[in-house]
Amino acid sequence: MRSLLPLCLTAFLSLAACTKKNANEIVVGQFGSMTGSEATFGISTDEGVKLAIDEANAAGGINGKKIKLVTMDNQGKAEEAAAVVTRLIEQEKIVALLGEVASSRSLAAAPIAQGRKIPMITPSSTNPKVTEVGDYVFRVCFIDPFQGTVMAKFATENLKLKKVAILRDMKSDYSVGLADFFKQKYVELGGTIVAEQTYQSGDVDFKAQLTQIKSKNPDGLYIPGYYTEVGLIARQVRELGIKAIMMGGDGWDSSKLSEIGQDAVNGSYFSNHYSSESTDPAAVDFMNKFKARYNKTPDGLSAMGYDAALVLIHAMKNAKEITPKAIRDELAKIKDFQAATGKITIDEKRNASKNAVVVQVQGAVNKYVTTINP
Amino acid sequence: MQDFVQHLINGTSLGSIYALIALGYTMVYGILQLINFAHSDVYMMGAFSAYYLAMFMGLQNSPGVATLASLLAAAMIGCSLLGLAIERFAYRPLRKAPKLNILITAIGVSLLLQYSAQIIFGADPKVFPKVLEDSVLIDFGAVQLKSLDVAVLIVTVIMMLALNFLIFKTKIGKAMRAVSQNMTVASMMGVNVDRVISFTFVVGSSLAGVGAVLVGMKYPKIDPLMGTFIGIKGFVAAVLGGIGSLPGAVLGGLLMGLSEEMVVAYLSSTYRDALAFGLLIIILIFRPSGLLGKKGVEKV
Repeated sequence: MRSLLPLCLTAFLSLAACTKKNANEIVVGQFGSMTGSEATFGISTDEGVKLAIDEANAAGGINGKKIKLVTMDNQGKAEEAAAVVTRLIEQEKIVALLGEVASSRSLAAAPIAQGRKIPMITPSSTNPKVTEVGDYVFRVCFIDPFQGTVMAKFATENLKLKKVAILRDMKSDYSVGLADFFKQKYVELGGTIVAEQTYQSGDVDFKAQLTQIKSKNPDGLYIPGYYTEVGLIARQVRELGIKAIMMGGDGWDSSKLSEIGQDAVNGSYFSNHYSSESTDPAAVDFMNKFKARYNKTPDGLSAMGYDAALVLIHAMKNAKEITPKAIRDELAKIKDFQAATGKITIDEKRNASKNAVVVQVQGAVNKYVTTINP
Repeated sequence: MQDFVQHLINGTSLGSIYALIALGYTMVYGILQLINFAHSDVYMMGAFSAYYLAMFMGLQNSPGVATLASLLAAAMIGCSLLGLAIERFAYRPLRKAPKLNILITAIGVSLLLQYSAQIIFGADPKVFPKVLEDSVLIDFGAVQLKSLDVAVLIVTVIMMLALNFLIFKTKIGKAMRAVSQNMTVASMMGVNVDRVISFTFVVGSSLAGVGAVLVGMKYPKIDPLMGTFIGIKGFVAAVLGGIGSLPGAVLGGLLMGLSEEMVVAYLSSTYRDALAFGLLIIILIFRPSGLLGKKGVEKV
């Protein structure tokens, strides 16, 4: 027995060494909320990312090397995001990192990626602070000042709303930021914010806040939260007899929104990265491929995941060697790159300048309303 | 004034759900001096038992009292079985161990349930079936009394009356009170302590099941982590009312619900929890054993 142990250990170690290093593979890491209350975010994004990577591998990979995607779940928790990203970098030896949807979790991971000099691309974190972390952090989506502006413009110009109330999730960087930018622009355009209330993700009862809002009689209600709570909020808004038009941001983008909110969310508007009714050839092509593989219509987050992976693959193809540094430099050069959600140009702050769409919830479908340019 | 009445209705409805959860904590504490952290997850499992029963029997879209009754039954049975199993396999083997060990076990069971539920049911939220038609019963213009709120109150009151009857008018209730006063003496008097403790878990857990169906009915989104928040609120309500005291749990639950509601209504929603919990701290400074708790004299 005694002689067996070192033998086993050697065997195990050499095996471990084998699995760790494969010269014909490029390891890319992804972290996302695969479980937890915002699980559809992580799963949707992952589906898009996988589609792009499998396509690239089928087309020969990067200079003959296959891309291997390692996805880790952060359960929708910021502290868990920091832990799995450290593991991806230290143990899985990734050359680039994809993720996250929620800004709070991207903000937890970005300093780690920056510190270890691993390029990170967030598909859909819109809070400006994310890419301000450092020169290794990129995004392929627009940022909240723009998204907030879009909705404020839409509320004043298209919906002609005079009095808007805001209900924000005080625990989410995304929601707080978006509400601020909306408010700033909306007031600038001559509107009045009649009430500002907050809730916390995880809450189920919003009647106290909504009763307060009701007493101010607003004609619009801006709720820049995530679909899990928004569905319940919408129901309670209508239960209390508030007639205001509800508006939100890309955090609403999930099929669960109308499942939870049912009739109550119908007719509401939100700003998004793309619309599944888009007629842009690149978008249509993506939707067809997605439908063929997963047998469902992609939501905006799948499209963003796909685009983040496309941008990364493009940068890796252009890079002279597959090192984090070379990939980072190529990412910074991306200009007018045609992706599924539109043309992506990475600006000097490593944000993508892109247009936004406004869609209206009608049952399970989000109807395209208008496109607003930066 | 109209707003105030509306806030009162909302707060009472929310508070009565807290009270149901608080009762489960307080009953187990009264008998075992154990904070049963798994209680909030038993509650979550109750919501899922009701959800799957509705799926299985095709009750998703047939609101009515019969649906409510069958979902309540499903949740109560599911929760009691689970409560029974947790007590039997996790807590009973530790009955003689230091209190801290059993407390840590309770936390472990809680996490086990949360994460197994994520694996089994999936982590994304599910939409709870429509149990009752939400119609306006009484309309005073700005103030509306909805059927759901009334149903929550009626079910809660029935449950509390039944519990009161059970504890003060039946033999097993007498045995429960005896065990909570002194386990050793009770067993010397011929009370089967293990059975009484199991029974306490059954009762406490089925109340959690009732709470789960009421919450699912009112806020139709259930997920494996739904117990965490409401569990904390229920636990605090139990402590506020005086842990171990049944009327205390009800009072604590109602106070929690109302104070949260009133803080949002007249102060600020941003500081809701801070102010609501601050109030509790102040109450506990003046009444350390809770509003209706007995002054604990440690026997040496």
